Amino acid sequence: MNARKKIEVSGLRLSFGDKEVLHGISFDVYAGEILGVIGPAQSGKTSLLRCINRTIEFTPGARVGGRIAVDGQDVQHVKDVHGLRRKIGMVAPLPVGLPLSIYDNVAFAPRAAGARDRAWLDGHVEQCLRQAALWDEVKERLDVLGTKLSGGQQQRLTIARALSHQPEILCLDEFSIAIDPVTTMRIEDVLKELSRDMTIVLVTNLVQQARRLAARTLFLWNGHIVELDRTEVVFSDSPGDRRTYEYVNGIFG
Amino acid sequence: MFTETLTGRKKQRHERVARMFFGLMTAAMVIPLLLIVGFVVFKGAPAMTWEFFSTNPRRGGTAGGIWPALVGTLYLILVSLCISAPIGVLAAVYLNEYAKENWFTRIVNLAVVNLAGVPSIVHGLFGLGAFVYALHFGKSILAAALTLAIMTLPVIIASTKEALASVPRSFREACWNVGASRWQTIWRIVLPNSISGILTGVILQVSRTAGETAPVMLTGVATFKAIEGGGLFLYDLREQCMALSMHLFYVRTQASGAPEELSYAIAATLLGVVLLVNTTAICFRVFLRARKKW
Ligand SMILES: Nc1ncnc2c1ncn2[C@@H]1O[C@H](COP(=O)(O)OP(=O)(O)OP(=O)(O)O)[C@@H](O)[C@H]1O
Ligand SMILES: [Mg+2]
Repeated sequence: MNARKKIEVSGLRLSFGDKEVLHGISFDVYAGEILGVIGPAQSGKTSLLRCINRTIEFTPGARVGGRIAVDGQDVQHVKDVHGLRRKIGMVAPLPVGLPLSIYDNVAFAPRAAGARDRAWLDGHVEQCLRQAALWDEVKERLDVLGTKLSGGQQQRLTIARALSHQPEILCLDEFSIAIDPVTTMRIEDVLKELSRDMTIVLVTNLVQQARRLAARTLFLWNGHIVELDRTEVVFSDSPGDRRTYEYVNGIFG
Repeated sequence: MFTETLTGRKKQRHERVARMFFGLMTAAMVIPLLLIVGFVVFKGAPAMTWEFFSTNPRRGGTAGGIWPALVGTLYLILVSLCISAPIGVLAAVYLNEYAKENWFTRIVNLAVVNLAGVPSIVHGLFGLGAFVYALHFGKSILAAALTLAIMTLPVIIASTKEALASVPRSFREACWNVGASRWQTIWRIVLPNSISGILTGVILQVSRTAGETAPVMLTGVATFKAIEGGGLFLYDLREQCMALSMHLFYVRTQASGAPEELSYAIAATLLGVVLLVNTTAICFRVFLRARKKW
């Protein structure tokens, strides 16, 4: 296993007002791996991702403790938080087509970062849309509003947008909620492809999806890490914790 | 299958009654409005000649036209708009997009809501004390327009905030996720998608100022001030001006011997100005709606 640590989380605590949601969790994500994150609703998976790219700051009353480092750099102290966010592609659970054309949806992030060269943008937009398995469906109508696409198409547009700022880390939060199984499979193939030169954190409600894709799987439960191990172990008949076995096999109450 | 049930038929009857009731209520609102407009226009029509619109009043307002009052009202609208629109919109952007939720913003928000309910005569008195005397603007267009601006600011802030808040939060989050700054998010996504609501709110407020009498009477509107000659800048901002609302009040109550149709003609003109402004707002809205993005 490639041992370079891409993301280090240590003693991460998060509270909204006086309700603590993450109770001091620690784990590492290695460069180039796919880390699956599973756990029941409300366990803090989305919040965890939002801590990593610091968009948690936009929630009034959210307080973060502990340390998260990306490439060895503490995210709380990075000079350029926008640069940090560009390093991390984030795909939200519900598709969000921005009220811009399909082209502008994908070109939004590069432009926000200062890209102006039209020829480069053209090529880049095409590449991102191809990676998100959307290009063939929209190449004829790049000037249509992103919001006019179907839900599944918008989700892939969201993925294309997350790839558009050339992130080194890709965080996917239940990306397949709004997509049909066939498209899901296509995107899973894309993810395997991307993981060759990208670190992927895959939050998913479909435990089998983690099983298919992830090298290691983290089971988060009520803001605690119950188990983090190689995926074979987590999905075996005797994982480290009884609760893991129960959750993975749907016995969890 | 879908056979008509007894409850189904009952539901339909309820539906019909409800529809009729709400229709009647709408009529109860629209009919008086049409009656008022019709009445005013009908009574004023004989006096509404070209000369009426384009000349100064004569013989103490009992004859002649309303040209200076018309121009004065337009001046007041425009100048107060130029002051209140930018300040109001920027303040609302700050309050809705930047301000952290704390006691200070809560007080500001509370103040905005409450200021919107202050009677206009109170604003007039404030304008008199603050602009006319304390700041030595004297009774002037500037002082009157500032007073009107102060008066409309809270409502513009409130309506702009509402328009901004109608842009889904998920759009903002999507922008933040890809590393766009707050300002880039506001400029590229939030403002373009709330601009129709913002403009509508602003323009509707402006049309309200057109009819205000009390605050401008105290701060800068004269009962009589003729305009000599033409030119684009007919009034100096440091002078007083006339206004349609005030002129109407004067002609009706103070100028004895004014023909009745004269005051109705002034009222119709005032209505026309308000309608014109509102129509602009509606056209804007239709135009921008057509391009609405989601
Ligand atoms: N903006 C917020 N304000 C207050 N509490 C919040 C906020 N966002 C999340 N929470 C709380 O944090 C806890 C974890 O939520 P989170 O969305 O991270 O869970 P999740 O694991 O992603 O759940 P799901 O599988 O349903 O998406 C929940 O109890 C939730 O109520
Ligand atoms: Mg979630």
